[in-house]
Amino acid sequence: MLRRILIANRGEIAARIVAACHRLGIETVLAASEADLDSRPARLSDRTICLGPPPAAASYLNVAAVVAAAAATGCDAIHPGYGFLAENPALARACAAAGLVFIGPAAAQLELAGDKLAAREQAAAAGLPVLPGGEAATAAQAQSLAADIGWPILIKAAGGGGGRGLRPVHSPAELAAAAGQAAAEAHAAFGDPRIYLERFLPTARHVEVQLLGDGERVIHLSDRDCSIQRRYQKVIEEAPAPLLADGLRTAIHDAAVAFGSRLGYRGLGTVEFLVADGVFYFLEMNARIQVEHPVTEQVCRLDLVAEQIAVAEGRPLSLAQQEVTVTGHAIECRICAEDPQGRPAPGTVTRAVFPAGPGIRVDTWIQAGSAVSPFYDSLLAKLIVTGADRADAVGRLRRELGDCEIAGVTTNLPLLAALAGDHGFAAGGMDTGFLARLTERTPAVAHG
Amino acid sequence: MNLSNDDVQDILSLLDSLPYSELTLETSRFTLQLRRSAEGGWTQETQGLSQRVLAGPVAPATPPAPPSATPPAPPSGAPPSRGGPAAAAAPVPRAASDAGPDAQDIVAPLLGTFYRAPQPGAPPFVDIGGSVEADTVVAIIETMKLMNPVYAGTTGTVTEICLDDGQFAEQGAVLMRVSARTG
Repeated sequence: MLRRILIANRGEIAARIVAACHRLGIETVLAASEADLDSRPARLSDRTICLGPPPAAASYLNVAAVVAAAAATGCDAIHPGYGFLAENPALARACAAAGLVFIGPAAAQLELAGDKLAAREQAAAAGLPVLPGGEAATAAQAQSLAADIGWPILIKAAGGGGGRGLRPVHSPAELAAAAGQAAAEAHAAFGDPRIYLERFLPTARHVEVQLLGDGERVIHLSDRDCSIQRRYQKVIEEAPAPLLADGLRTAIHDAAVAFGSRLGYRGLGTVEFLVADGVFYFLEMNARIQVEHPVTEQVCRLDLVAEQIAVAEGRPLSLAQQEVTVTGHAIECRICAEDPQGRPAPGTVTRAVFPAGPGIRVDTWIQAGSAVSPFYDSLLAKLIVTGADRADAVGRLRRELGDCEIAGVTTNLPLLAALAGDHGFAAGGMDTGFLARLTERTPAVAHG
Repeated sequence: MNLSNDDVQDILSLLDSLPYSELTLETSRFTLQLRRSAEGGWTQETQGLSQRVLAGPVAPATPPAPPSATPPAPPSGAPPSRGGPAAAAAPVPRAASDAGPDAQDIVAPLLGTFYRAPQPGAPPFVDIGGSVEADTVVAIIETMKLMNPVYAGTTGTVTEICLDDGQFAEQGAVLMRVSARTG
């Protein structure tokens, strides 16, 4: 039984974890950078400890400082949230060495999921369909592999994931230069120059399955559709994924569980797939809680952070697969500090008004006075609406977005309102190119 | 104990049966303002008021290992927002290079933290005297968690590196100077 948890994160997920801990009667210590010492999560947490200066490398990404903070404040566990150190095996190992519980999967599982190329090979070995592709170590290898795969192709970074380090290539003439640049960028961003190629499906849907495992048993908590993306970053997510044939949905769930079971997975994790023309392909696994977890919580009526803490305590899963039921439909949109071109827009929030009422949930870290720092990501709040069915949820989303008012920083609220009001979105089943086409049609709202 | 979403729902279900269109709840820990919106729903505005309880500073077991030297910290309690102390101290766009007609500046494409190497302890992308092509990655600018590669954009030899590793750069700040390759 955990008594005191160090939360090594910031922003809305830090506030979310504080709330879950308090509901469970667990004390919290927030480990924050100097920039976040007066943030709302710091005010909500029982205590706050300073990790270091604002740059993430000197604070939120500093494994030694995080572990020392937990030890100094008498914590028995560390919750890494998402991003930062959440999928860093070094933190999981350092926790084990310091006698702390790491609220997440085993270090070896993090390593495997983090190496996107190794994960792809494991998925294929587990019988999951993968897109035609493979590693491209040399330019010659890339050319011959691409010829086998067929065009267009997508260059991916083995150390990437989460939509980062992707580069589409449409013709053989562009390949050598693109592969060289992708390797240099991958080396720069991830410290790993390995790249691989996959067939690029520009009009596929992004469907993912939420997994929960206790190290012995793995179950799924249904699926989400995250096809509304801007430059490979998710903007709107929903659960369940609409317009999937029952047989296909079951096959995707089974594939995700097969992959998690092969790893003996413990904790929360998400297996991501592309779906096109009634066929699905494994993309990657994210070995952490995800930004979009609330839509699953809303339709499954579960607290995923509480489940995550329970399995980290060494308890068996609290529910069996047949006890997982999906009721209604939930949609989340990410309200971000960005300009109409999608560039980050730091500043200070002077006013933050959100809708309230049945079927409405807002996960946020901002209030009047909150500083939106250029050192961190641009997510301000997540608006989650839940309806009896998808049409009901879409209607609510349209209404409730109109009740959001954020002053002081530029936000993507106009883009979200345009999306919610679009009849293509209302129809459901959009592909990952949907948002780019929408912004081309309505340049006044947002430039792609 | 903090105000939860369920608490707000409970208050709203009570308010729904009352004729009021606005409620302001103020405690020592938070304020909550609920207002009826034009559409008939409700809006919420909350402000956490609790002072954070700071635990003592922690000396890390080993020194932090950011990409090379830790950048100088802005004053505690002063979040480095645009226009804040950190931004004021950050390099601002300089006049075009005076290093000669063949000199080219490499500037920060957006504001953020300037890194010379791909990761802590790794050799820098480029050093003074190093030659670059237009598509050579010479640095990273980290903004809101995104690692943005900086391309040389020109061909030549690096003659000056204008910022220290880990220093904050305004958009358009000169990062490096390159002299065109001769002969």
